[in-house]
Amino acid sequence: MAEHTEHIEHSEHIGSSGFYWLIWAVLIVATVLTAWISTVDLGVFNTVVALLIATCKALIVVLFFMHVKYTSEKMTKAVLLSAVFWLLLLLILSLSDYSTRYAG
Amino acid sequence: MATAAVTTERKNYLNAEYGIRSWLLTTDHKRIALLYLLSITFFFFVGGFFALLIRLELLTPAGDLMTADMYNKAFTMHGQIMVFFFLIPSIPAVLGNFLIPMMIGAKDLAFPRINLLSWYIYVAAGLLYLYCLATGGVDTGWTFYTPYSSLFSNTHVVEAGLAIFIVGFSSILTGLNFVVTVHRMRAPGMTWSRLPLFVWSHYATSIIMLLGTPIIAITLLLVVLERALNLGIFDPSRGGDPVLFQHLFWFYSHPAVYIMILPSMAVISEIVPCFSRKRVFGYTFVAASSIAIAAIGFLVWAHHMFVAGISLYSALVFSFLSFMVAIPSAVKVFNWTATMYKGSISFSTPMLYAFGFIGLFTIGGLTGLFLATLGVDVHVHDTYFVIAHFHYVMVGGAVMGYLGGIHFWWPKISGRMYPEAWGRLAAVIVFLGFNLTFFPQFIVGYLGMPRRYWQYPPEFQVYNVLSTAGASILAVGYLLPMVYLLWSLRYGKLAPDNPWQATGLEWKTTSPPPTFNFEETPVVTWEAYEYETMPMPDEVTLER
Amino acid sequence: MSDRAGTGESPLVLEHEDRPELRHHFADVVQQRNAASLGMWWFLGTEIMFFGGMFCGYLVYRRAYFPEFAAGSRSLSLVAGTVNTAVLICSSLTVALAVRASQLGKRKLLVSLLLATMFFGVCFLGIKGYEWHDEYEHHHAPTFYFNAQDLVHNNPNLHLDPQRTKIFFSLYFALTGVHALHMIVGIGIFSVITFMAWRGKFTPEYHTPIEIAGLYWHFVDIVWIYLFPLLYLIDRRPGA
Repeated sequence: MAEHTEHIEHSEHIGSSGFYWLIWAVLIVATVLTAWISTVDLGVFNTVVALLIATCKALIVVLFFMHVKYTSEKMTKAVLLSAVFWLLLLLILSLSDYSTRYAG
Repeated sequence: MATAAVTTERKNYLNAEYGIRSWLLTTDHKRIALLYLLSITFFFFVGGFFALLIRLELLTPAGDLMTADMYNKAFTMHGQIMVFFFLIPSIPAVLGNFLIPMMIGAKDLAFPRINLLSWYIYVAAGLLYLYCLATGGVDTGWTFYTPYSSLFSNTHVVEAGLAIFIVGFSSILTGLNFVVTVHRMRAPGMTWSRLPLFVWSHYATSIIMLLGTPIIAITLLLVVLERALNLGIFDPSRGGDPVLFQHLFWFYSHPAVYIMILPSMAVISEIVPCFSRKRVFGYTFVAASSIAIAAIGFLVWAHHMFVAGISLYSALVFSFLSFMVAIPSAVKVFNWTATMYKGSISFSTPMLYAFGFIGLFTIGGLTGLFLATLGVDVHVHDTYFVIAHFHYVMVGGAVMGYLGGIHFWWPKISGRMYPEAWGRLAAVIVFLGFNLTFFPQFIVGYLGMPRRYWQYPPEFQVYNVLSTAGASILAVGYLLPMVYLLWSLRYGKLAPDNPWQATGLEWKTTSPPPTFNFEETPVVTWEAYEYETMPMPDEVTLER
Repeated sequence: MSDRAGTGESPLVLEHEDRPELRHHFADVVQQRNAASLGMWWFLGTEIMFFGGMFCGYLVYRRAYFPEFAAGSRSLSLVAGTVNTAVLICSSLTVALAVRASQLGKRKLLVSLLLATMFFGVCFLGIKGYEWHDEYEHHHAPTFYFNAQDLVHNNPNLHLDPQRTKIFFSLYFALTGVHALHMIVGIGIFSVITFMAWRGKFTPEYHTPIEIAGLYWHFVDIVWIYLFPLLYLIDRRPGA
């Protein structure tokens, strides 16, 4: 078999099953945490904390379950960041209209 | 490299297989490009038919040709068909599909079967829209503004909305294919800085298709749900917000106009250096400007909503950003001009279209700045000034680029030369007809004639008559290429591999190309646009 | 040929004969795999924007109609939402383990894990269906005899507007409905992949379909990870 077909196979990251179970446990704990903490009065920070926990969970899934941490492909990260950035553009610029409607 | 004629007995993508199945089940990007060419040309004529109805009605100030409701349907369907079923797919799905793999030295796009799927999705969407048309049409304006579209219109909004929702996926899949292809399928030595600017522009277009189209998809889906399930999210009497619809609609639809113009600019970037016999001035700037247009183009959408009720501060921000987006477009115009400076210009048909593009796009672009100016926009919003502006960029710009590209690559696509004299004549007719149609609209719009009205005060008639006269001339200009291009398929001179002596990998293979594009994968060791090393094209080719 | 720079050139004929899954327009399996992966990531990018449009609508209305949104959110079952979130996390675990099994060539384990993933997916849909049915019974489903008077009466201090409450539920059903559609498509894709795995089509050298289907599945999970706090946890403070 041609020699250069082998190289990517060996550099493909194979996680240990124990590690995946650990990630699972972290995500479950975070889920229970976020549900519980919503019943605690943190004032305006309830929303912030909820979204923060959600973002951490999403990041964990992306980095470890979706192997983004181990990929050598810069494009993957670029695509992800671009899409998230673009969504934020939509949200922020639209909100900039709504939040300045009755100012002054 | 000289004018050795290619015999049509040689196997190429056109004669490789025969029969309807070999076309309908093809995965060859070149055949799929031709399938798209047929379908979008069909829709161009349907959309053009509605334009004809509009211009006929507007010959007289009274609403005497059709009812107001019918007129509303005419301008709605003219706009929706032309935007979604003609302009957005046109250059990417025809020329992009055909050329991008060849330009980068690949055998096909990354996902050939998805390419075919994108065409079938287009056809399915088109059929649904035709069904909508046949059962009574839609009258909401191409912009589907709520709550009229979601609540009050009695026309087939759901079918039209779903059709456009579906055709959006065709666009997304095309963009996906292009982006992955350009990243992963370039031939050895084809680095990013050696890519033809055609590819850079289509790459930028594809980014917009990928990131923008899903928004219109979900927005139209919400309108359909609102209509079907009586939800109320866009109904002000139930706490809904019509301006939210406009934010979501324009977040895509403004970048959509860059989807329509960037590919056309891509074509101009190939034609101008070839017929100036000079490399492009400022390659890096032109490439970067494509990306800049795509990026900044996403930041300006609310300039369509200046009078819709958005906050003043928000309007100021969007006005400023709209001025910014003109800059990369201007960069391109300056660079094309500098490319021509001290070049050896020949007035071939593609070059005539390129000249037309540069002039008309400049007018369209500058009038866009007038509209971006808040104070002016208050007066000319929803008048014929806006209509003239966007037709200058979309027709004077995008369609001219499309026609120029079709002519430029016709020898490669068909293996035949079109009759040059007829080509030039048609280009001139298009240019004259176009200006006669749309320049009066700037004036009558500034004077106060509203858009989407089927009757108007008598003092505006002279401008409307001029405009309709121009439209009939423009129609002739569009029909001529249909005739002589078809004629050339049978009777045109056989085309050599590189009739224009152009740079670019597509010209290094036969006309028409073999199914897998190249006998051997090319290895690129030269920069793009090395016209100083190219011989002049054959006199005979240019002076036909 | 081996000293060519760029995307990787290999003795094409040998490669294509050796690797039947290699499609003709690719030079080698590495290129094919990288193309498939990039394609799926871009597709997920489009999906971020697709859901994002609805998130934008949600954001605008939540700011404007917070009391109604909070009351509507409280009427959703916290238990069902939390359990469903956990179910999807389990399914993401089984997907990740399935990819690993395919990398190691363990066919039986792979098939079991893929079946487990689909099982969790079906569980999710079941719980979701139960919730929707419950909401329908309480007249909180828009279009189906929608009536939010119970919420208005149960929150006398908030002076809720029933039409604004309907907007919450419209967005709730739109968001969870589109999400559920994506789950159904995912289960469909996985059933095909599972069949292929059972037939032994995947090896340590070739398991790209599992990887990219896995990416899609994880994405659908991530959407829910955001939907859960945004829909279920708007304001569950005591006394609210």
